[in-house]
Amino acid sequence: MHNFNYHRAADVADASGKLTSLDDPKILAGGMTLLPTLKNRLAAPSDLIDLAGIADLKGISVEGNEVVVRAMTPHAVVAASAEVQKALPALAQLAGNIGDPAVRHRGTIGGSVANSDPAADYPAGCVGLDATIVTNKRKIAADDFFLGLFETALEEGEVITSVRFKIPDRAHYMKFRHPASGYAVVGVMVAQYGSKVRVAVTGAGPCVFRVSEMEAALEKSFAPASIANIKVSAEQLMGDIHCSAEYRAHLISVYARRAVEAMV
Amino acid sequence: MDIEVKMTVNGKAVSGKVEARTLLVQFIREHLRLTGTHVGCDTTQCGCCVVHVDGVAMKSCTMLAVQAEGKAITTIEGLAAPDGTLHPMQQAFRDHHGLQCGFCTPGMVMMGVDIANRLPGADEKTVRHQLEGNICRCTGYQGIVEAIMDASAVMNAARS
Repeated sequence: MHNFNYHRAADVADASGKLTSLDDPKILAGGMTLLPTLKNRLAAPSDLIDLAGIADLKGISVEGNEVVVRAMTPHAVVAASAEVQKALPALAQLAGNIGDPAVRHRGTIGGSVANSDPAADYPAGCVGLDATIVTNKRKIAADDFFLGLFETALEEGEVITSVRFKIPDRAHYMKFRHPASGYAVVGVMVAQYGSKVRVAVTGAGPCVFRVSEMEAALEKSFAPASIANIKVSAEQLMGDIHCSAEYRAHLISVYARRAVEAMV
Repeated sequence: MDIEVKMTVNGKAVSGKVEARTLLVQFIREHLRLTGTHVGCDTTQCGCCVVHVDGVAMKSCTMLAVQAEGKAITTIEGLAAPDGTLHPMQQAFRDHHGLQCGFCTPGMVMMGVDIANRLPGADEKTVRHQLEGNICRCTGYQGIVEAIMDASAVMNAARS
């Protein structure tokens, strides 16, 4: 790991100011992705700005029809939260299956969302649960937030402060967990909001995406059989050492169906 | 540029000068000379470096020493009583032969204590899932899981 300057941000404004003024800074949240990346020298920022000391960025609340998770809340806290388990059990279940217990004690929702890792679980949670990503500058719909491989709509000096998930009538997250890393080989979040259905897929493409054909079929009739014959093209999907793009396409159909089965 | 860090390790206030990039496990092993905490993979996978930070299991190879500023750290050296009486988890690993070469054992024991604290009465399946971030390449986990279940019951009884 190359060395860097380390800063403890006093508050979000301080973090944002440092992000704008320093040479090549990076935000440090839980560090579960960033520190391994630095060790591999895949990144060499001049400065790390640690958000851990900002009390405002921790905690969970249910506000109206939304579950609000502040950016520095670790996965283990989301998973164990009685409020989340009651209002949005699919989110608690998603958070409780990220990585391993020690990773869940440090890794944060803000870090995961800001990174837009193609195999991370939270992007599917955000897009599937029609979330709003709140920053120090604006509110961004999850549909407009994740732009590509490790690419988001975040602009210079922008810091995620919370994620607001809309509470669905029902939802379920199913993933084919990579046995070594715990990352999603394919993960599918299915959520129903009245007559509307959202199907969000992570792990398969360069970035989380929705399957509109499945959404339309489930809106017509919410049953596993409705999507039994819907296939996703492998063309835009990822193939790698773990499995081919065709296999991932197949897994999307299987895991979407299983998610619906778990809901009806 | 060195940074001064202060924390509590095994109940004792410690401080030191570190580089920003110094990992917590390096600080524990190389500055404090507490070499019971091991580095297996250095990539957040194997769990040999698990310590407790404010009472919660974390991988000290994927945490900067500066991130532990002001925190209370417990390492494997801090588990036994001052008179040498083993912690129930250590005793159970001994009783059930929950180790062979012993390299992963410090992390396994620290994670075992964390599991017993968080999930009292966890069944075998849960314990096995909870060990996803701790890798043993000798024993096949049988003795480890038995030890954690056994010690968990002892710790539970002691709490009530």
